[in-house]
Amino acid sequence: MFDTLPFTRIPAEDEALRPAIRALAAEIAAALPEERRARSWIGFDAAFSRRLGEAGFLGLTLPREYGGQGRGPFSRFVVVEELLAVGAPVAAHWIADRQSAPLILNFGTEAQRLRFLPRIARGELFFCIGMSEPGSGSDLASVRTRATRTAEGWRLNGQKIWTTTAPNSDYMIALVRTSGTPDDRHSGLSQFLVDLRAPGVTVRPIVDLTGDAHFAEVFFEDVDLPADALVGEEGAGWQQVNAELAFERSGPERIYSSVVLLDAWISHLRATGRRDEATAALVGSLTAQLATLRALSIAVTGRLAAGESPLVEASLVKDLGTSFEQSIPTLLADDLGSHPEEPVSAELYRTLHYVARVAPSFSLRGGTREILRGIIARGMGLR
Amino acid sequence: MDSRELIEPFERLLDDAAPLATLRATEAGAPADSLWEAITESGFLDALVPEAAGGAGLDLATLAPLVESLGARLVPLPVAQTMVARALLAANGAQPPETPILLLSPTRRDNGWHQNLASEALGAGHALVDLGDRAILVALDTAGVAPTGLHASLSARIAWDGLPPALAEIPSPAGGLQPIAAVLRALEIAGAANRMVEMTAGYASERIQFGKPIAKFQAIQQQLAVMAEQALMARMAGRIGAAGGLPPSAAAAATAKQVASAAVPVVTATAHAVHGAIGFSEEYDLQLFTRRLYEWRMADGAESFWARRLGGLRLADPAATSVAFVRTAAGG
Repeated sequence: MFDTLPFTRIPAEDEALRPAIRALAAEIAAALPEERRARSWIGFDAAFSRRLGEAGFLGLTLPREYGGQGRGPFSRFVVVEELLAVGAPVAAHWIADRQSAPLILNFGTEAQRLRFLPRIARGELFFCIGMSEPGSGSDLASVRTRATRTAEGWRLNGQKIWTTTAPNSDYMIALVRTSGTPDDRHSGLSQFLVDLRAPGVTVRPIVDLTGDAHFAEVFFEDVDLPADALVGEEGAGWQQVNAELAFERSGPERIYSSVVLLDAWISHLRATGRRDEATAALVGSLTAQLATLRALSIAVTGRLAAGESPLVEASLVKDLGTSFEQSIPTLLADDLGSHPEEPVSAELYRTLHYVARVAPSFSLRGGTREILRGIIARGMGLR
Repeated sequence: MDSRELIEPFERLLDDAAPLATLRATEAGAPADSLWEAITESGFLDALVPEAAGGAGLDLATLAPLVESLGARLVPLPVAQTMVARALLAANGAQPPETPILLLSPTRRDNGWHQNLASEALGAGHALVDLGDRAILVALDTAGVAPTGLHASLSARIAWDGLPPALAEIPSPAGGLQPIAAVLRALEIAGAANRMVEMTAGYASERIQFGKPIAKFQAIQQQLAVMAEQALMARMAGRIGAAGGLPPSAAAAATAKQVASAAVPVVTATAHAVHGAIGFSEEYDLQLFTRRLYEWRMADGAESFWARRLGGLRLADPAATSVAFVRTAAGG
């Protein structure tokens, strides 16, 4: 079962990107404490995103005529892996580069591509995705935010919530209802490009349990959108969203959310000289899982590179990967708390608790564990 | 050679020569001679032998799905181990024997050598024995081969009072025989674990309770999804172990067996939870897989053994990040 993920090697031409991106990542990482780097793809630094754009590390999979590099998914895997491995702050461009640009490329008009894609590739234009609403989480088809036709375009009313990076984004790609009611489920949904500075848009940051405010409520009150704010086909929003999901769910970000903490702990072990069997076994168990999950993620990337949309395989990797990410703070809290004789630096303590506090979100964002396991079960022919 | 072209004839051969009925008979004490004859005649035993020495010259990565097939059918002889032993012997100009060959990494005890557990040992005739500085080919009739006495088990303890008498001597492969045996075992675990997933999903779709197949219940679906994930982990880990060919790197072998062994409790427990009482009956095939997976989990080093080995390598490695470590040391 699921014999569709062979051991896959990253092609040499994509591996060739590694030294340059590694150097850039190391430079920014050196300036940041571990607890900042532990923010992984939630860490925001617009200037760093622009530097990546200038160096040609954004829009890797976009065609050259839209400012991209005309490369395949493996190149993006290499670049993203090197950035996440050290916790470089990638949040500013993250959603635009991973999801919004491919969406606009695949479903947008030529005018939309020319208008948005080059600026995304330069790291100048930041996006968020408007999915969840107060009454819609995993049951996304129940969204109530609605766009109605006007003489010039569309008028948007409603509310999104838990929108990651919204406080720092230029645009939202919002999934809203354009016809029917929530009872119509997946039909009648459409995707819109919403300028977050447009009149009638209010972004209200939500402070989370770490003290950060990376996500937000976004209110739309009679927001007038031009006709060309619609992305793709009216009423085809659900299908368009689903086409993105394999990209969203299989990347290294579903494995590496806790690696900065893992490496901070390993540095601590080196500093204290602790090498007993139980410690080595814990290091080895986590390392073996990391190696295997990385190979699975590369295998899914291979399927994407072949032009497929391996949603079930991506769900398997995301569920495994996020369980692994979540296990790290749990196991390391026990480890460090069970060695009270060892001095734990305040920075390691803060890093541990930052990751522990956000870890429950790993299996919520991008599709909950239960939804993913349902998709896997369908792939197994059980439902 | 394309892996599928290779594996399909082999799987057909196994389907003919090694049905589970043969396994049951072997476990009951019957010799597996006709199975061994069929495998020998097929020529597959020399798949890894260099072409210059008359073999097919394939690498372990290509052969990985075939080793998984052996695991999926619980073939009651050390076929994959024999393939590796024949390749190592032939590459060093030694003539392999015609019997199944175990790969042993015994511990020195007093003046003798002792291996606590060797799976599928009862059908083997020879062993390639890692003595640390060298590996020697030994006839098992020179050893004390003590069956464990466990019901229907093919495992044995193997011991020599003194130095095992060598029929041939070759340099020990870099890292020794144990990592190789661990990779083969990981691939066999993966094959059997994935077969258990298929059996369990199939059973859940047929078993009716509360008026519908139990596969329709979310509680069952979620458990089966986790089981399938662990079987997938085992398979990818095994393939990491095989990806670099023979011999595997220490880190790749450790990754393979750590992850594969760690998958066993989840896979077996879920299979039995979903099957209910029938999974425990001798007549039903599930228990054949459970019993073997329990033994294979321990054989050639269980998960903590390999976790300690890999953890030691990681802590000693100057790689700045864990991602860099797994990419270079355990990336296949």
